[in-house]
Amino acid sequence: MATRLTVNGRTHTVAAEPETALLYVLRNDLKLKGARFGCGMGQCGACTVLVDGKPVQSCDFPLSAAAGKSVTTIEGLARNGKLHPLQRAFIEEQAAQCGYCATGIIMTAKALLDTNPRPTEADIRAALKGNLCRCGTHHRILRAIRRAAEEIAR
Amino acid sequence: MSESSATASRKLPGSLNANRRLDRWLRINRDGTVAVFPGKVEIGQGILTALAQIVAEELDVSLARIRLAPADTSYSPDEGMTSGSQSITDGGTALRYASAEARDLLLQRAAARLGVSLEQLSVADGVVTARSGGSVSYWDLTSDDLLAREATADIAPKPASLHTVIGTPVPRRDIPAKVTGTPIYVQDLELPGMLHGRIARPPSYEARLAGLDEAEVRALPGVVKLVRDGSFLGVIAEREEQAIRALTRLKRIARWDDHTELPAADPRFLLKEATEDTVISEKHDAAAAARAAKTLEAEYTRPYTAHAALGPSCAVARCENGRYTVWTHSQGIYPLRRDLAPVLGVKENDIAVIHMDGAGCYGHNGADDAALDAALLARAVPGRPVRVQWMRDDEFQWEPYGPAMVVKLKAELDREGGIVGWTEDIWSNSHSTRPNGLGGVNLIAAWHLAQPFKASPPRNPPLPGGGSHRNAIPIYEFPNERVTNRLVNRMPVRVSALRALGATANVFAIESFMDELAAAAGADPVEFRLRHLKDPRARAVIETVAAKAGWRKREKGDGTRGRGVGFARYKNGACYVAVIVEVEAGNEILVKRVWAAIDAGLVINPDGLVNQTEGGIIQTVSWALKEAVQYDRSRILTGSWSDYPILTFEESPPVEVTIVNRPGEPPLGAGEGAQGPTVAAIANAIHNAMGVRLRDMPFTRERVLAALA
Repeated sequence: MATRLTVNGRTHTVAAEPETALLYVLRNDLKLKGARFGCGMGQCGACTVLVDGKPVQSCDFPLSAAAGKSVTTIEGLARNGKLHPLQRAFIEEQAAQCGYCATGIIMTAKALLDTNPRPTEADIRAALKGNLCRCGTHHRILRAIRRAAEEIAR
Repeated sequence: MSESSATASRKLPGSLNANRRLDRWLRINRDGTVAVFPGKVEIGQGILTALAQIVAEELDVSLARIRLAPADTSYSPDEGMTSGSQSITDGGTALRYASAEARDLLLQRAAARLGVSLEQLSVADGVVTARSGGSVSYWDLTSDDLLAREATADIAPKPASLHTVIGTPVPRRDIPAKVTGTPIYVQDLELPGMLHGRIARPPSYEARLAGLDEAEVRALPGVVKLVRDGSFLGVIAEREEQAIRALTRLKRIARWDDHTELPAADPRFLLKEATEDTVISEKHDAAAAARAAKTLEAEYTRPYTAHAALGPSCAVARCENGRYTVWTHSQGIYPLRRDLAPVLGVKENDIAVIHMDGAGCYGHNGADDAALDAALLARAVPGRPVRVQWMRDDEFQWEPYGPAMVVKLKAELDREGGIVGWTEDIWSNSHSTRPNGLGGVNLIAAWHLAQPFKASPPRNPPLPGGGSHRNAIPIYEFPNERVTNRLVNRMPVRVSALRALGATANVFAIESFMDELAAAAGADPVEFRLRHLKDPRARAVIETVAAKAGWRKREKGDGTRGRGVGFARYKNGACYVAVIVEVEAGNEILVKRVWAAIDAGLVINPDGLVNQTEGGIIQTVSWALKEAVQYDRSRILTGSWSDYPILTFEESPPVEVTIVNRPGEPPLGAGEGAQGPTVAAIANAIHNAMGVRLRDMPFTRERVLAALA
């Protein structure tokens, strides 16, 4: 059974069962490894990607629901070889330890900044309620997102 | 490799002692790069960046020239485990001396080539220049035999005053890949023809497989193989989601006999267990004892605590002509191999273990177990790589937790508010059941095979570092002291090393009790600690954090807000950390702000040190406020994040870390120093805020309410 979907601007036809979690299609069929398996239950956010601009937990999101829609993954953020302001800010603030949660958090933050370019601290924290970080990098991650927001707003 | 020359008996610094050849550590390449072979591994702590800084500094080459090889049993030095905050002291020291010696060998060649004496030479980014003119580069001077010799450690590393790379906040090498989604974790490894495996574990520790309709699972789409060996049950499929579907079916239809008996949920069950008792500190001063005017007693507990890596464990393995290759995020590739070999029935040399990054582990989690799982499945499909990804509940239910502990304390105060007597008893399992060929096999699958392997006997790491008794001996000066380690050998719940080992509970207890004693003595908690401390470095971190936080003598909370302090020198021999925490009690206890001061001697990368300390503190806030593994009398009940909530972004505090820099002192391990002080500071802040003393972790709303009632 084939499903058509658009990922980072390119259209793909994928031969997977329609109930397959989008995460496995991205990682195994399209070889986009940036969305990560953390829980398989939509509880940790490590697998977050954007579907039509909205953050979804791709481990808990069937391929069929992505059919015909536009999916953006971390691999689709850079433009003409230039990293997204969020990615640059994460590097500048050294906002990672193991980094396993980072791509999902960046995608969640991108969805926030796309709709709310001047978020308050509370807005940022609330947006990240579906993302967990186990290394305790919260403080730096919040700083990186504020920094990216300031850069985008300029 | 021959390592038997006359120098072999001489003790060399750090991990150089066990891996004495220079070319085991370094290679100077003709193409202008330096290959470095660390035996320690990246676990998100930034160690590879720090090691690269050390090599660049001692060789006088730019950081961009350093190439770090992944740890691989085919060529890496055996540095045992990456654990215990030892990587800078073990591997960093080895590389410091090896690089200094390599530089000296290159300079000798340069002197001969340029026809000048060594004193005439200077080096900049690998180019050696003579004062009289004339220059030659490392890349022209090097040859294959340059480092094919034993280290002597006769060349002293640079003094701190000459450092230009060490001590600077060099950006981590691994972060760009981690924020762009580049495949770098073992979870991301993809090999041609790779299959996907899942393991159907028993529902509890002692459950054994009683029956299974194998045909039903074999008939599922994509299933390539069902692997059944005793109670070890795994499935291999073409696609990942097919393996997961087969796993779900296996779990539904497998029948198990279960005789598991788990202990009571309260860690005090340990008090009734048989123990092996050792007095680890004893001091007597009858005159001081006679001054005792007031006696206090208290009991503190910590529950089983999960590592709870964000990414469940994963490994990829391939079996070809009886030889195995295993890709793993284990913290010790050689120790793991020692346990894999007997189970797979091959020689150690027939297994190549290659390290790749994983999600942060914070100690011994499922990484090693997953490696054996993958190897056992790979054996069933020779030639084809098999990737085994643990599911969330596999990790939560089967990882070895940080052990539950009980600490009982009793102390006597004299009329001047000095502590004249201290009695401490700690109950705990061993804090290390890592694999390492110690008589048995410490890998889950091995216990479940039809021909099962026994676990190695638990080994409590000895003092001065210690395991259950890590930081059990107070660093304060008490005239009378008796500390007894009551090691519980029966291990009804699987446990092993979790970041800081016993130091978390021991420092929580000691530092909470110091506050209780300060209150009984009518003293300020900061001043009371200083009163009992001579070590100037210990005093300096406490004074620094108090100044940074604007600590006011005998400051009092207001009923909902309050602050508390905690301090320890990790392992009584590594970094010094003092922490002040501000809490707010609303619906839940929230940590609003944290200040910390750390003295780790010579700092290789200050931003790395701050990052590790911030992370240690925030993770510990989570342990202290929220975390305890849930179980009933037969099964572990914690299986998902809803059963095991951790600190969220909405709850996380800002943290301000101050480094007390001592570049003239040796570097001290610093990855685990904040844990104990942070837990104690939170307990002390809750008391300061509300007047209730919480002695059982975690400090939940229910416990606060119970204490207020």
